[in-house]
Amino acid sequence: MLAYTVRRILVSIPVLIVSTFIVFLVVINSGDPVANFATSRQPAPSKAAVAAFARHIHANQPVMERYWNWITGVLHGDFGPSVQANLNIGHDLFTRFKVTITLVAAAMILALIMAVVFGVFSAIRQYSAADYTITFFGFLFLAMPVFWFAVLLKQAGIWFNEKTGSQFLGTIGEKSPYLEVDTTWNQFTDHVGHLILPTITLALVSFASWTRYTRASMLEVLNSDYVRLARAKGLRRGKVMTRHALRTALIPLATVTALDIAIILGGAVITETIFQWHGMGEMLVQAATTLDVYRTMAWLLLSAVVVIGFNLVADLLYAVLDPRIRYD
Amino acid sequence: MTDIEAPGSAGTQLPPGEREFTVRQRTQTQLVLRRFVRHRAAMVSLVVFVLILLWAFIGPHLWHYSYEKYTEDNSKPPSWKHPFGTNSSGYDAYAQVMRGTQTSLKIAIMIALGSTLVGAIWGAIAGFYRGIVDAVMMRIADLVLTLPLFAIALVISSRTGGSWYWIAIVIAGLTWAYVARVVRSSVLSLREKEFIEAARALGASDVRIIFRHLLPNALGPIIVNATILVATGILTETALSFLGFGVQPPDTSLGLLVSQAQTAVDTRPWLFYIPGAFIIAIALTINFIGDGLRDAFDPRQQRVRQ
Amino acid sequence: MTSAVLEVEDLSVEFGTEDGTVRAVRGVGYRLDRGESLGIVGESGSGKSVTALAVMGLLPTGAKVRGSVRFEGTELLGLSDARLSDLRGSGIAMIFQDPMTSLNPVYNVGYQISETLLRHNPDMKQRDARKRAVELLGTVGIPSPERRVDSYPHEMSGGMRQRVVIAIAMANDPDVIIADEPTTALDVTVQAQILEALETARAETGAALVLITHDLGVVAGHTDRVAVMYAGRIVETGSVEDIFYTPRMPYTLGLLGSLPRLDREEARLTPITGSPPSLLNLPPGCPFSPRCPMRRDVCDTDEPALRRAGGDLHLSACHFADELVDTGADQVFDAVGADTEALARFADAAPATNPEEDPV
Repeated sequence: MLAYTVRRILVSIPVLIVSTFIVFLVVINSGDPVANFATSRQPAPSKAAVAAFARHIHANQPVMERYWNWITGVLHGDFGPSVQANLNIGHDLFTRFKVTITLVAAAMILALIMAVVFGVFSAIRQYSAADYTITFFGFLFLAMPVFWFAVLLKQAGIWFNEKTGSQFLGTIGEKSPYLEVDTTWNQFTDHVGHLILPTITLALVSFASWTRYTRASMLEVLNSDYVRLARAKGLRRGKVMTRHALRTALIPLATVTALDIAIILGGAVITETIFQWHGMGEMLVQAATTLDVYRTMAWLLLSAVVVIGFNLVADLLYAVLDPRIRYD
Repeated sequence: MTDIEAPGSAGTQLPPGEREFTVRQRTQTQLVLRRFVRHRAAMVSLVVFVLILLWAFIGPHLWHYSYEKYTEDNSKPPSWKHPFGTNSSGYDAYAQVMRGTQTSLKIAIMIALGSTLVGAIWGAIAGFYRGIVDAVMMRIADLVLTLPLFAIALVISSRTGGSWYWIAIVIAGLTWAYVARVVRSSVLSLREKEFIEAARALGASDVRIIFRHLLPNALGPIIVNATILVATGILTETALSFLGFGVQPPDTSLGLLVSQAQTAVDTRPWLFYIPGAFIIAIALTINFIGDGLRDAFDPRQQRVRQ
Repeated sequence: MTSAVLEVEDLSVEFGTEDGTVRAVRGVGYRLDRGESLGIVGESGSGKSVTALAVMGLLPTGAKVRGSVRFEGTELLGLSDARLSDLRGSGIAMIFQDPMTSLNPVYNVGYQISETLLRHNPDMKQRDARKRAVELLGTVGIPSPERRVDSYPHEMSGGMRQRVVIAIAMANDPDVIIADEPTTALDVTVQAQILEALETARAETGAALVLITHDLGVVAGHTDRVAVMYAGRIVETGSVEDIFYTPRMPYTLGLLGSLPRLDREEARLTPITGSPPSLLNLPPGCPFSPRCPMRRDVCDTDEPALRRAGGDLHLSACHFADELVDTGADQVFDAVGADTEALARFADAAPATNPEEDPV
């Protein structure tokens, strides 16, 4: 297993290099920050200033050399120059990562819990009114645009705060400003209050499809011969459910969850924008708008590492839980 | 599945795939159709979806306001004159929603068609030749799959944003790999079937086997995936447009309309809820149609794996 | 009468579907004495498996079950699931058709055998359960059971897995084992070994056996009595000799005539034309009449009851059972080559029957 893990990580490195190279090509060709610099400033910068700017952001280097310098730089902790003066991309990235990871983790946990609870319940009570209701809402949420739902939730949060006269449900930012001076407890509740609405929003991205997946997987197991044999052995319904059905049905969910991490990161961009968080979402939007090549690349690199890491963990988890899968 | 008897006895010069296939396909198609028609939610969805489609594409020619012309009414709630109200600049929201629906649907359908075409051929070739061809082609597809769809689309669209076909191409360029994987796996199992061997024994060329035998028989998963891609497409495009990276004014899309209305949820709710409802209606009906098609093509199996 | 371990009376099972009610089982009755073995034969869809699942109380909740199932005098229908669970696996055990899917892929076979042992013997220690599991694996003919006990199902062949399922069935010395097509999913070469393992299990536990199969050949060698099912009913029942030598129901004749045999070169099969009726909206009359070469007008209106035909224990549901005395399949079904002599030789392999019982 350890050998497998090491090998998987080693295999991921060339994948990461190739994929970041392709992305790099795409990014440097999808905007001209130098021209942008030359035309968008008031007063118009001098030719020398434009040339200096191009040199500063390495726009004058040949592509291969530019990529090489970037990737080797990253290994030393240097993520390259930003088009914004005085912006350390590495520092920016990790500050924002901490903000975003809280949201993503909270949303995934919420989505998983809801998916398992509703999916299993739906499967056990197949064709009941509850099953139809859950299925209907599953379809509805699957069709619901995240940004629309987020705006609606934000509005509901504002309404809730007005009604209760509290500021508990934060609708702007990941925390209140100037909070550092407050007590730990207040800081904590403030964080939680700001986390609630965005978490619900982001959980929605995957909750519906995971629920449907859980239901289908559970139904398949419940109708399987080995569950019937477990019953024929004399095991009670509850025990068959937990020991034979749930365990087997939920294993594949690990893979599905991992595969969806990229979608969740995309959803985080939308969620953070609407709730005005200073996380990775805002970073990507800003980087794309300002045609900031290295800031964009830093974002994409980190997300690629997260995706690969998640898939590796899922595969290992799968091997631990399912004896049919063995890596060596 | 004994779909196909060897055409005549071995050695006759009957062209493979012609007659016996048309026979089988008709019965198969009839079966699929009948099962689909019995799927009530899917049938209702199909009707609703077609109505929305007709409305969005024919409606603008019949409606007396244009999506790009001011009217003298500002911020009016829905009325007979303006069924969906007007916004603060005096645009008729009915005309705008119609136009937005048209643009969003155009992009979504283009995404589905484009990525299905590329993905199906890609997957069929990889699955048919296997070996090194398969390995290389599927590594490429896997690479594309690791790219975060929304983030990459956002980055590329920041440059190309505006024209609807560019948005479609960018998104399709990231979703085809998914189709390729699905098609490859069904081709891999199909190519072991007797009728493919029969066709090969009769000397059919590779191209003929792929296009006349493998792809038509993998039609079920291909159509189901294409349907689902329409939903993925519309949700991705509207999200991009919402963030300002998709369709640009003066043109409009459902996502852009929601974005423009997000500060007006309280004051002019019609501007926010109606385009949102249209996105939901389109994605919902598409998903139901996809579900009905899946059941129709594959009634026994509730597919678990993606 | 008191020696019966399992008595099934007038059992009927209905399923509600979108298209209407499916009457899967329509008034089936049989009686099984201690240690006795009964073969239930029929095409797929004739209600054999549904009958077995009804006895076990394992039908899906939507099924409507009526009639009576008595195990050692206790009525099982209407019993709470908890009470039934106590009985399943210890009083009545069941073996399913497909060994490839009968075992849970994520637990090793030792665990799956211990599970049933510990369930019915709460005082048993984990270690003893494991030891017993090894013993059981040895009994059903699995080589080096000490090693195999830790294997997962996917590491075993289909035949091995079916042996494990048999080991599970015999683990708690049941009084009845119901085997639902235990060899159908297996290679022909393995089938005989599995039947042998089943015999061993019976010999060890003294259990009575209900062997469900569509293969008359299997029945001939391994059961005392036979019940032939068609369209949810028993259409003929009797000792193995009765059924093989003097069948009194055209369907049974047809089944015998369609037995493939290797012992005669010129022997040709006499197929039964058509297919079994849909159990949805079954028309009146004998359900076999559309396929029956002896059909007369009465067959389309009245469904014949299961009546005495020939010996006391030989019952048949045919209006014209008496006309079938000494008739071979070739005479009834329009084909040449089927010969009753060879069929009779099949029956010779069968053990002698118990003349005292009263099957109904």
